[in-house]
Amino acid sequence: MPTVGVNRDKLFEKLGRVYTDEEFDQLCFDYGIELDDVTSEKEMLRKELASQAAKGAETKLAAEAAAASEEVIYKIDIPANRYDMLCVEGIARALNIFRGTQPAPTYKLADMAGKPLLQMVVKPETALVRPFVVCAVLRGVKFDAARYNSFIDLQDKLHQNLCRQRTLVAIGTHDLATVQGPFTYEALPPEEIKFVPLKQTREFNAKDLMQYYLDNDQKLKKFVPIIASSLVYPVIYDANRTVLSLPPIINGQHSAISLNTRDVFIECTATDLTKAKVVLNTVVTMFAEYCERPFEVEPVEVVDAFGAKTVYPDLSCRSLSLTADYVNSLLGVSLPPQQVAELLNKMQVSATLGADGQALTVLVPPTRSDILHACDVAEDVAIAYGYNNIVKRIPPTATQGRELPLNQVTEMLRAEVAMCGFTEVLTWALVSRAENFDNLRRPDDGNSAVEIGNPATIEFEVCRTSLLSSALKTLAANKEVPLPVKLFELSDVVLLDAAKSVGSRNERRLVAVFAAKESGFEVIHGLLNRVMEVLGVPHKDEPGAASAPVSYHWAPSDDPALFPGRQAAVYAGHQAVGVFGIVHPEVLSRFDLPYPVSALEINIEPFVFDQYYNSLLQPLSS
Amino acid sequence: MADLESNLLQTLNAQETIADSGELAKTLGVDHMVLVGTIRSLQASEMIVAEDIDHFRYALTEESQSYLTAGSPEAQVFDAVGPNGITMAELKAAVPGEAGDVGFKQAMQGKWLALDKSGGGEPRVVRKVESIEDRTQALLADVAAGRELAQSDAENLAKKRKLIKPEQWKTYKLTKGPKFALERKKPATDLTFDMVAKGTWRTQEFKEYNFNAMGQPPAGGHLHPLLKVRTQFRKIFTQMGFEEMPTNQYVESSFWNFDALFQPQQHPARDAHDTFFLTKPAATPSDRGVPGDYLQRVQSVHESGGYGSLGYGYSWKLADAEKNLLRTHTTAVSSRMLYKLANQPGGFKPAKYFSIDRVFRNEQVDRTHLAEFHQVEGLVCDRGLTLGDLIGVLNQFFSRLGLKKLRFKPAYNPYTEPSMEIFSYSEQLGKWMEVGNSGMFRPEMLRPMGLPEDVNVIAWGLSLERPTMILYGIDNIRDLFGHRVSLSMVRKNPLCRLGL
Repeated sequence: MPTVGVNRDKLFEKLGRVYTDEEFDQLCFDYGIELDDVTSEKEMLRKELASQAAKGAETKLAAEAAAASEEVIYKIDIPANRYDMLCVEGIARALNIFRGTQPAPTYKLADMAGKPLLQMVVKPETALVRPFVVCAVLRGVKFDAARYNSFIDLQDKLHQNLCRQRTLVAIGTHDLATVQGPFTYEALPPEEIKFVPLKQTREFNAKDLMQYYLDNDQKLKKFVPIIASSLVYPVIYDANRTVLSLPPIINGQHSAISLNTRDVFIECTATDLTKAKVVLNTVVTMFAEYCERPFEVEPVEVVDAFGAKTVYPDLSCRSLSLTADYVNSLLGVSLPPQQVAELLNKMQVSATLGADGQALTVLVPPTRSDILHACDVAEDVAIAYGYNNIVKRIPPTATQGRELPLNQVTEMLRAEVAMCGFTEVLTWALVSRAENFDNLRRPDDGNSAVEIGNPATIEFEVCRTSLLSSALKTLAANKEVPLPVKLFELSDVVLLDAAKSVGSRNERRLVAVFAAKESGFEVIHGLLNRVMEVLGVPHKDEPGAASAPVSYHWAPSDDPALFPGRQAAVYAGHQAVGVFGIVHPEVLSRFDLPYPVSALEINIEPFVFDQYYNSLLQPLSS
Repeated sequence: MADLESNLLQTLNAQETIADSGELAKTLGVDHMVLVGTIRSLQASEMIVAEDIDHFRYALTEESQSYLTAGSPEAQVFDAVGPNGITMAELKAAVPGEAGDVGFKQAMQGKWLALDKSGGGEPRVVRKVESIEDRTQALLADVAAGRELAQSDAENLAKKRKLIKPEQWKTYKLTKGPKFALERKKPATDLTFDMVAKGTWRTQEFKEYNFNAMGQPPAGGHLHPLLKVRTQFRKIFTQMGFEEMPTNQYVESSFWNFDALFQPQQHPARDAHDTFFLTKPAATPSDRGVPGDYLQRVQSVHESGGYGSLGYGYSWKLADAEKNLLRTHTTAVSSRMLYKLANQPGGFKPAKYFSIDRVFRNEQVDRTHLAEFHQVEGLVCDRGLTLGDLIGVLNQFFSRLGLKKLRFKPAYNPYTEPSMEIFSYSEQLGKWMEVGNSGMFRPEMLRPMGLPEDVNVIAWGLSLERPTMILYGIDNIRDLFGHRVSLSMVRKNPLCRLGL
């Protein structure tokens, strides 16, 4: 969820009234945005300073902090699909319309009859790297420091969110007075592109510039990989071969906008045309507010590689048809159609009632790209009506409650094992490869564990295929606890399984460990016997076991994690379901455990059956 | 010691009264102080009664001890002077030190000696009487023998000459106490099998129990607090008629985790830094588990919409949908279940589902974040459900958790519309706290599955860890879930009273 910092007093100026923090918080709550923090530049720098000071004194920052403004800043969380609220202009406009203090503006294109349209000509090579461009012009913009900063901040916010760090869309804004149309959008070998980039004084070729940014620019270097490997780089020239921008990296210094800029040329290059249009619409609808003719935008004609001409931006309202009945049936209210239309006006959506008094024709303005479906319109009605004014109803759906049998057996078994004196632990399914294999002296055949490609930490390389390592880690983290320590866990391991559509399945296991001055092998053995007793599974040599649907037994085994001669495999019928034994001393030392430990680990899924021994397993997918 | 105690008790039993413990000590040949220890101990057990007898006497000082044999200082000086007298210097040599000084002074006072200055030159000390009686020595001998002195003599020797010192001590007159017996019984600390069997508990004395200490902790096992909370949530759901979904499958395809939920492929949640993508098994082939026609409908609703939607207008990639991951939410399971519900034999039937299981996020672990945590999810799928039904069911559910005051904030979620964040007023903290998220699944998710037009799904979710941390006062999530938990935390936590 993006957070936008706005100057409180500027916001209140636009809202035409002063709010207390509590009142403003309530307004935000009703609209579905969130007042996250009340701070100031000084305060933010102070906080940064405090965190820097912890690492080592940072004197430059201290000076900045001392000079910084104490004006109050509201940090406001904006829903991730409301790109039109990523600047103070958009927030104020949305809230004003919501409160009914301002009508929704009509965004329109300038009447270009008899006037030549600015042109952007797209060269076919751009298809190799970044195929789309859309443009617009804002005429007679009046900037001041606050507006200018907001204009820059909005582009930043869009780049971070909708533009996906400039991969999908990149915005370039230029002082139109410094360049000359028609413009061309080209893709050229990097060595051939030469210009003075923004904030630089000398000319670079694009290849050197990429290296320069990689070496020297913390902010820009992360964008370099977007085009670095391409044979050709995208570039925009004016009629005099002046470079406007090298998207999505940097603009040229020549056409840089300033506080004095009046006519702003905006270009958005993209790999996703839909998003490019949304980005362009967002920028122009927000800042057309400051144009000589407010909310009027001058269009630009984009000529694509095939010579087809399209005029941007598209500020037309999308039309959607729905009925008040639909809205009422979705929300559980009974609003008259007229009221639905009025409520929608508060959300910048105009709605007109059809002749039948039921059908609503809704016009979605270019600022509301988040509206995809009538249900989005219904939500707007709900917000304008007030979520908390909707009368609650208990759903009439009559169904039977039921636990998943696997989980129900797990619940019962947890209680039984705890009754045996074992304490329950709960550990992570994600472990390091070493913990899962090497440290247990178990070989990694490369074909048993699910592997994570991009773990944020080395702790999480694979999904565990056994619960034992986690139980041993828990013992190691609790060495100060007086012996004996008895722990258990009933959780899932994750196994590769080619027979499954996703290539893997979970398996519910029980692990129990006993740690003491002596191994306690017989304690763990006794737990196995007790667990089978409560599961209703007789030992195969018990009288009557032959006629039981399932019986169990154990036989000497050779699990490398356990001590030779002091371990056994557990079988349900002929199926191996687990092991128990004394943990191998080398394993103990790798888990940093000073005392002997005995362990039991068994798969409990074969024992998830009803009283007639019918299996109750119900896998989610085949 | 036992002998001494026994002797004392025997004697007392024979004599009924022991007039003076001092005498008894002499008889028994022990130091009286040793006997006092035994007397005190028997007295504490109320076996004997001891009455104080105060004693007073004079004793010789260390200095006067020597005068017993050598004679008093004045007698020594008198002897040294001899019949012919001597000089002061000679006297000092003959009776050195303090004895000489004191003896000379005393002999002069008693007019036993005189100074003769007649010879001119150095004066000589001469006898004034022929013989003396050394009374001081005799008095000291009396004290040493324990004889009493006349008051004036005693005061003179004690205060003026400091040759004797007063001594005080106690002995005891002993009589039988209420619990007198020839042998002391040790108080027992516990009632034993033996006492019960032999009936000796009737006469056995018991040591007082120390009620200030805690009892012994039981040796039994313990259940983990997070799972106790899970158990209560499971009960609340099943009591409300919800059926548990099979969530025991952590590996999921992007298709069911994201695409089926109408979550666009460029959504930030699908970035590698938020989601664990797998290298093994890397992908779920789309021809396994997802019917081709459904896959087609999902692709087209993303790309160009349908069912009244505009869609996202981007080029949907099958390869992205096939990528395997560790599910980021249990809603991946909900999407599979809803698809089944729409396509089951006999057609759609209403359902109420819940699940509580692990989900995974590729995050750095810190005080408030884990890479895996438990998601609690509930959903109702039926014809004609409304936002009012969602508000109703949320009020029902959260009031079971003791959160009776709810309000709802508009929110955004890619697969629900309308969406609501759930806030609850905490009386303890005096503020509104976010307790969960909810919404109605989007038609772009439900219609491609084949759910009938009038079927809506209302759903909500929350984490299991957060309410548990609040309930048990835990402020670091790693203290709750993972191998670094303290076992004493697991052992000491109380019942989970949610849902009572």
